[in-house]
Amino acid sequence: MPDLISALHLSAPEATLAVGGLVLLMLGAFMGEKSVRFISALSVGLLVAATAVAVTGPLGQAFNGAYVADPLAVYGKALIFLSSAVAIVLGDGWMRRARIAKFEYPILIVLASAGMGMMASSGDLISLYVGIELHSLALYVLAAFHRDDLKASEAGLKYFVLGALSSGLLLYGASLIYGFTGSMRFDEIAAYAAANQSTGLIFGLVFLICGLAFKVSAAPFHMWTPDVYEGAPTPVVALFATAPKVAAMVLIARTLEGAFAGSHDQWAQVLILISLISFAVGAFGGLVQKDLQRLLAYSSIANIGYALLGIAAGTTAGVQAMLVFMTLYVLDQFGFFAILLSLSRGGKPIRKIADLAGLRKDKPVTAIALTVLSLSVLGMPPLAGFWAKFYVFGAAADAGYWMVGAAGLVASVVAGFYYLRIIKLMWFDPTPEGVGPTDASPVEARTIAWASAAFSFPLVIVAIGWIDHFAGVAATGFGAG
Amino acid sequence: MEITLQHYLAVAAILFTIGVFGIFVNRKNVIIILMSIELILLAVNINFVAFSAYLNDVQGQIMAMFVLTVAAAEAAVGLAILVTFFRNRGDIAVDDASVMKG
Repeated sequence: MPDLISALHLSAPEATLAVGGLVLLMLGAFMGEKSVRFISALSVGLLVAATAVAVTGPLGQAFNGAYVADPLAVYGKALIFLSSAVAIVLGDGWMRRARIAKFEYPILIVLASAGMGMMASSGDLISLYVGIELHSLALYVLAAFHRDDLKASEAGLKYFVLGALSSGLLLYGASLIYGFTGSMRFDEIAAYAAANQSTGLIFGLVFLICGLAFKVSAAPFHMWTPDVYEGAPTPVVALFATAPKVAAMVLIARTLEGAFAGSHDQWAQVLILISLISFAVGAFGGLVQKDLQRLLAYSSIANIGYALLGIAAGTTAGVQAMLVFMTLYVLDQFGFFAILLSLSRGGKPIRKIADLAGLRKDKPVTAIALTVLSLSVLGMPPLAGFWAKFYVFGAAADAGYWMVGAAGLVASVVAGFYYLRIIKLMWFDPTPEGVGPTDASPVEARTIAWASAAFSFPLVIVAIGWIDHFAGVAATGFGAG
Repeated sequence: MEITLQHYLAVAAILFTIGVFGIFVNRKNVIIILMSIELILLAVNINFVAFSAYLNDVQGQIMAMFVLTVAAAEAAVGLAILVTFFRNRGDIAVDDASVMKG
C-alpha cells in the first residue's frame, strides 16, 4: 500500500488533470452551453495548478518504473501545461466570436495535457504508447472542432488517418524492441542494448523514430502539417504548434538518450537525415505559400529540424540546447498565432499573407510586434530566435556535426525570405484599394501578442540566463558528457 | 511442422504490410482506411503476444490489452470525424478529401 500512495503522489500532476478534466466534463454537461467561460477559466486554473504540483512535487520512479518524475519531465510539463493554458485563453474568445464556442474545447485540451504529461514522464513502452494515444485522440477531435466547416473536418480526417498510421509504425517498432530486448522498461532496454546490438533492435528503433517524427511533423513525415494548420481552427493550431511538439521532443530525448544511449551511432544518422530534409522542406516549401497558417506550418517543420539536431548531437549540451530551443520557439509561436487571432477585417479573419499589406497604418503596435517576432524566428541577434539557434548549432558543432549546422544556417537564410516579405508588406506596401480598415483587436490576443514580442526582445536577454540554468538541470543525466 | 516464433513474426509482418498498403494504395473509401489501421494494430498485437509467449514474460500480453482498448477508442473517434466529414461533403471517397492541396 505505501508503494501505491507514493506512486500516486509522484504522478499527481497527471492525476490532477485527469480527475479535474472529468469533473469539469460533468459540470459542463449539467450547466449546458452557457457555462463555456466558466469551464474555460476553471481549466486554465487546473492547468496552472498541475504545473505547480509538477514543479513542487517529489522526484522518483513509480509503477515499477513505468512513470518517471525527473527534472526533464518537470521542465517539459511546466512548458506543456502553461502552453495549453495559453491556448485555452486564446481559444475562448475566438471560438465565441466564431460562434463555435463549446465547453468541450478546454476539457479536451486538459485531457490532451494529461497525455502529454504522461509522454514527458514515460519510463517504459506501455506508458509511452498510452501517453501518445491519450494526447492524439484528443487532438484529432480538436482538429475537427469546427464541425460545420468542410476544411476543418477534412483537416481532422487527414490528421486522424496519418496519426493512426504513425501510431501503428511506432507500435510495430515497440513490439520489435520488446521482442529483441525482452523488456518494456527503458532502463532495462538500455542495459541490454549497450551489451548486444542486433538488426531486429535497430529495425524497431527506426520504426519508433519514424512514428515519433510523425508526431513532431518532421519531414519526410510532415504531409499532414500544412493541411491541418490551414484547416483547423486557429487557436487549435496555436496549440498544435506548441505543447504537443514539446511533449514529443521530450519523449524523443528520453527514449533515444535514455533507452538507446548505447546506439547513438545508429539513431544519430537517422535524426541527421530527418533534420536535413526538414530544413530543406521547411525553407523551400514556405517560399510559395500564400496562406499565413500554411506558412507557419512550413516554418514549424524547419524549426523542428533544428530541435532534432540538438538531440542528434547526443550530448547533455545537446539535450539542453533542444530544451532552450523549444522554450523560445513556443514563446515565439504564441506571438505569431495571437497576432493571427487578433487580425480581422469586416469580421473575417485575415488569412492571406498579402492581406497584411499596409498594416502599419491600421495597427502600428501589432505591426511592430509581428516585425520583432519575424526577425526573432529569422535568427537576428540578439532576439530570442537567435539564442535558440545559437544553442543548437553550438551543441551540434561540439559533437562534430558542424556541416549539418552549416546546412541549417543556409536553410535559415532561405527561410529569411518569407519572414522579410511579411515585414516588407507591412511597412512598405500600400493598403490595396477598396479594402476597409481592420477590426479592433480582442484584448486577450493583443496582450499575448505584445507580451510575446516583448519577450523576444528585450526581455529574452535577461531571461536567457534562467532558461539556460533550468534547461541545464533538466538535461543532466541524458546524453554523454 | 512445428510453428515457431519466426512464423508468427512473418504473419505479423505480412499483415502489417497489407495494412500500410491498404492506406496508401486505396483511393476509394475512407472506411477501408479505418479497416487498414485496424489491421496494422492487430499485426502489432500478434507480434506482442508471440514475443510474450516466446520470452515467457507477461508484459507483452498486457501491452496487447492496451492496444486493443486504444484501437476501440481510436475507431470511435475516427468514425465520429468521418461522420462530420460526410455531413459537410456528402461523400467519403478519399479523392474528395482534397479541398486543401498539400
